[in-house]
Amino acid sequence: MVTHQTPRTTRTRLAVAGARAVTASGFGRRSPADRAGNLLFFALLLLGLAVAMVAIAAMLIWMAIEGASRVDPGLFTDGPSTINPERAGYRVAILGSVYLILGVIVLIVPLGAGAAIYLEEYADQTRWYNRLFELNIQNLAGVPAIVFGILGLAFIVRGPISLGFIAAAGSITLALLVLPTVILAAREALRAVPPSIREGSLALGATEWQTTWRQVLPAALSGILTGVILAVARALGEASPLLLVGATVFVTYDPNFFSGGYTALPVQIFEWAGRPQQEFHELAAAGVLVMVALVLVTNSFAIWLRNRFERKW
Amino acid sequence: MTEQTQDRLAARRPGVDHPGISVRPDHGHQGGHVERTEKTFQLRQVSVHYGGSPAVRGVTMDFFQRNITALIGPSGCGKSTLLRCLNRMNDLIPAARVSGELRYHGDDLYGPRVDPVQVRKLIGMVFQKPNPFPKSIFDNVAFGPRTIGIKGDMRTIVEQALRRAGLWDEVKNRLKDNAYGLSGGQQQRLCIARAIATEPDVILMDEPCSALDPISTARIEDLMLELKERYTIVIVTHNMQQAARVSDMTAFLMVELTADERSRWGELIEYDDTSRVFTNPSDPRTEEYISGRVG
Repeated sequence: MVTHQTPRTTRTRLAVAGARAVTASGFGRRSPADRAGNLLFFALLLLGLAVAMVAIAAMLIWMAIEGASRVDPGLFTDGPSTINPERAGYRVAILGSVYLILGVIVLIVPLGAGAAIYLEEYADQTRWYNRLFELNIQNLAGVPAIVFGILGLAFIVRGPISLGFIAAAGSITLALLVLPTVILAAREALRAVPPSIREGSLALGATEWQTTWRQVLPAALSGILTGVILAVARALGEASPLLLVGATVFVTYDPNFFSGGYTALPVQIFEWAGRPQQEFHELAAAGVLVMVALVLVTNSFAIWLRNRFERKW
Repeated sequence: MTEQTQDRLAARRPGVDHPGISVRPDHGHQGGHVERTEKTFQLRQVSVHYGGSPAVRGVTMDFFQRNITALIGPSGCGKSTLLRCLNRMNDLIPAARVSGELRYHGDDLYGPRVDPVQVRKLIGMVFQKPNPFPKSIFDNVAFGPRTIGIKGDMRTIVEQALRRAGLWDEVKNRLKDNAYGLSGGQQQRLCIARAIATEPDVILMDEPCSALDPISTARIEDLMLELKERYTIVIVTHNMQQAARVSDMTAFLMVELTADERSRWGELIEYDDTSRVFTNPSDPRTEEYISGRVG
C-alpha cells in the first residue's frame, strides 16, 4: 500500500511558511473609511425599517389603548346604535366587508389572471393596441380611488348597468379599482416562469392552451395569489369609493349581496370617528382593531395558500 | 403528394401507430454497417430567415431512419436553427420564416394542412439545459401521454419510458418527489424519458450534454446508442468527440459572411458518414474545423 504524505523536509516547511506569510499580508484589515461607510449604510437601512415599524406600532398601540375597553364579543355580534354607543358593535359592517371582499375575489381572480395571460402569453407586443392596453393598465393602477367611486356611481349604480345602491355594485367598483394591480402582479408571476418550461411542453405536442393551463398557470399560481392578496387587503381598507356607490353609514340589518343597503368596516369607522362624543371614538378605535384583525386573517390565509402552491426552479 | 400522406401529419389519432414506427427491424447498428433504407427527413434548399436576415441558407440533406445524425459547427452556424425546423419549433418565433422543401417520410412538413402541434407529437425534443417541469417525477413523464390523450395504464407507460431512459432504478422509489431534486444528469435523462413517453418517431437533441459532467455525458451517450434501435435521433453538439463517438452521419455547418461582413448565416459544408467526416473530410474547411484550427 502506498501512502501519500507531505514530505517534512526543511525546504517544504520553509515554502509553506512563506506562502502563509504572503497570504496573511493579502488579507489585511480594511481601511477605517471603508468600515465607517459600511456602518453608516447599515444604520440608514435600520432607520428605514424603524420609521416604518414605529409608525405602525404607534398607531396600533394607540388604538389598542383607546379601544381596549370595547373589545368584547358584543363588538362583533351587535349592530350599530347612535343612542347606545357603549353597546354598539360592528356586526353589520363586518358582514358587509366580507360580502364585498368575496365579490371582489370572485371578480378579480378570473379577470386579472385572464388579462395577464392574454398580455403575457398571447399578445403580440409589436401591435399598437397591445401596447396601448399595457400603458392604460399601468396608468389605471395610479388613478385615485375616488375616481373609481364616480365611475361606479355613473355606470354601475346608475347609467347602463343600474344595479342600484347594493353590495354587488360596491364589489364591482372595488374590483375595478384593484384590477390593474392584480393584472400587473399576475404578469410578473407569469413572466417569472422560465421559457424553457413552455418550450418543453410545446415540444411534447401540447397546444399553447394546454401549455398555459397545465404548466405556466400552476407554476405562476403562487405569484398570482400574492397579487390577489395585496389587492384584497387594499380593497378591504377603501372607504371613499364605497361612499359614492351606496355604502351607507348607518345600516341596522344584516346586508344582502344583491339587494338593500350595506356598509363596510372603513365606512363605519369613518362615521363613528367623526362624532364628537368620547364613546364613539373608543368605538372607532375598537373598529380599527377589528379591521386589522380581519386583514391579518385574510393575509395569513393567503400566505398559507401561496406556500402551498409555491414552486421553485 | 397524396391526400393520405397529408392526413397522417394533419390528424394523427393517438395510439395509432404511424408508419415511422410500425416496422421495426430487429437489427440495428452492427459492426459499422448502417441501415439507410428509409429517409426520415429530406431537406432541399432549406433556408431560415429571422426578420429578413438569413440564419441558415440552402441546406440540402437527408436524415436516415434509426440513425444518429450529428450537426456540428461553430457558434452561430445555424445548427440549432436547422434542428428546430424539423419539429416546427421555429413557428413559435413570429419573425422566423422557413423556405425550401422539408419532407418528413415524404410528406411536406410545412404543407398547408399540417398542424405543428401534431408534428411535435411525432418529433420529440430534448433541450440544452435540462428543463423538467416543476412537478413530480411521475407527472413529468406522464404529462406528454396525458396531454396528447394516449390511453392505457399510466404507471406502465411511465415505468417503460423511465426504463428506456435508464433512470428507473434510480427513481423508482421516489416517483412522487419533485423532479428538481434530481441531479443535472438525471434531470436530462428524465427529459429524455418525457420525450419518449409519447412514443415519437424522432428525437431531436439540442446540445443535450453541454450542461453535464463527463460521467453523466457518457451515460446519455450510451443511452442514445440504445435509443437509436427504435428512434431516429438528430443531435446538435459542440463537442466533436461526442459526434464522433455516437453518430452515424455527421453534417458540418459553417458561418458564411458577405464581403462587407454585414450579414452572416450558416451553410452546410459537408455531410457524410461520421467516420469519413472525421478521418477523410472532402472539404478543407471541415478538416480545419475538426483539427481545431478554426472555430
